[in-house]
Amino acid sequence: MSSQRPTTLGVKLIGLRKAFGPKQVLDGVNLDIPPNSSMVVLGGSGSGKSVMLKCILGLIQPDEGVIEIGGQDVLKMSARDRTALMNRIGMLFQNGALFDSLPVWENVCFKLLAQKRITRRAARDKAAEVLAQVGLAASVGDLSPAELSGGMQKRVALARAVAAEPEIILFDEPTTGLDPIMGAVIDGLIADCVHRLGATAISITHDMASARRIGQQAAMLYRGQVVWTGPAAQLGDTGNAMVDQFARGEREGPITMELRR
Amino acid sequence: MVTAFLAALGRPIVAACRSAGDLGLFALEAISHVFRPPFYGRQFLRHFIEVAYFSLPVVALTALFTGMVLALQSYTGFARFNAQSAIASVVILSVTRELGPVLAGLMVAGRIGAAMAAELGTMRVTDQIDALTTLSTDPMKYLVAPRILAATVALPLLVLVADVLGAMGGFVIGTVKLGFVPATYLKASWDVLQLQDVTSGLAKAAVFGFVIALMGCYSGYRSKGGAQGVGLATTSAVVLASILILALDYVVTEAFFAQ
Ligand SMILES: Nc1ncnc2c1ncn2[C@@H]1O[C@H](COP(=O)(O)OP(=O)(O)OP(=O)(O)O)[C@@H](O)[C@H]1O
Ligand SMILES: [Mg+2]
Repeated sequence: MSSQRPTTLGVKLIGLRKAFGPKQVLDGVNLDIPPNSSMVVLGGSGSGKSVMLKCILGLIQPDEGVIEIGGQDVLKMSARDRTALMNRIGMLFQNGALFDSLPVWENVCFKLLAQKRITRRAARDKAAEVLAQVGLAASVGDLSPAELSGGMQKRVALARAVAAEPEIILFDEPTTGLDPIMGAVIDGLIADCVHRLGATAISITHDMASARRIGQQAAMLYRGQVVWTGPAAQLGDTGNAMVDQFARGEREGPITMELRR
Repeated sequence: MVTAFLAALGRPIVAACRSAGDLGLFALEAISHVFRPPFYGRQFLRHFIEVAYFSLPVVALTALFTGMVLALQSYTGFARFNAQSAIASVVILSVTRELGPVLAGLMVAGRIGAAMAAELGTMRVTDQIDALTTLSTDPMKYLVAPRILAATVALPLLVLVADVLGAMGGFVIGTVKLGFVPATYLKASWDVLQLQDVTSGLAKAAVFGFVIALMGCYSGYRSKGGAQGVGLATTSAVVLASILILALDYVVTEAFFAQ
């Protein structure tokens, strides 16, 4: 349960499959994210990126396949070991998922309070500190999440995901809904988590500039499978027609608009 | 053709059995979390105040008027048999044994059961329940256990108040409108009342409190599909809790009756 810096936890997905009714969302996903690296996952809307992250967290039970975290098969772990492992993972949900019955500062320090790593008195100061990292004033801490704009909610959610300094951090569209400058600030924060905290990061993004800034590696999800992995810096110029079309946002190419059921 | 018909007939029955089983497991898990640490005192307190304190006006008014109506109606009936003297005992027994717990239960099911289902349902469809899991917190422990405990403890207290106010409503009508001597009315009430009348009512209240919170939490926790799903969860929480209250009222009465 001791946390190491940099982390020794990597994530490996082998043959992950998940269907909702007749719809095969994940159809044999293979992905290897080594410890202390940063992976960006690309893919069309509805291609199963969020489902993949929820499988890693154990929030969705996959139909088939293996999820290894730190070399251990999480689906075969005891509940206790799994809880201990989950304590070392942080997640930013796509829609923020802030607790609206709690003020912002309690949201931000929720995990630290739950793990009794901090007193309620110290939590306010800690929250102010983390909020500053995402460009929010300390006074935001006393508001309720419903009083914030969409972009501010996103940043509070981001602050909550990183406040407990997890070893693995999953970001589901961290910069969607932010202005470009704030997006760049958040990208910097994510890169910082990997460099300074020594964490392993998996980020989903639709923003190519952002993908190049946060990712070392990139993977493309299409029709339930990983069709390409490679250095994120190459995005837009990978030689893979599908990835290049996606990265450049072109209408013509191997990926066609399909009506999704 | 026949098999299709049988399948159409069987499917809802299988679905109902599955939900009942799921509800049973949910209830057992929730109860087990009530007794195992960590305990969320702050959450318990919040919901206890919500159920006990903020339901007081509704429950008090319901009980008061029920006692008043009961006195009037039993007068209408009993006067035909020259049995007016039984009014005091009818009012006190009906209120403590039956009407106090059942009416308080139904009112609280509408207030609290619906609120719990809506809150947990919204938390479910906006990923807040999933988020709890990723923040080192068991949602059953943090969300469900404190609500169930709070409602189970709070409802008997509410019913105690309802008993007093219901009896008072009868007393006011009996003395002011029907011309009973206050001391006689009180003595008649007091003489007929036994401890078991009150305790059986309070036991019912505890059962009802548990059922209200359980149905509210279960419907919300399992809801899916956005705002519409939350609406359905809220409705089913109130409807199921109300039906269960009336059914369990019979079961508990029967259990006390057998003694
Ligand atoms: N709980 C669920 N029940 C049924 N279907 C689901 C569920 N969750 C996701 N899906 C389906 O799985 C598919 C993938 O959803 P997912 O949320 O992973 O998409 P995504 O890749 O994250 O898309 P976006 O970029 O728009 O966020 C969708 O078609 C969705 O309808
Ligand atoms: Mg998504």
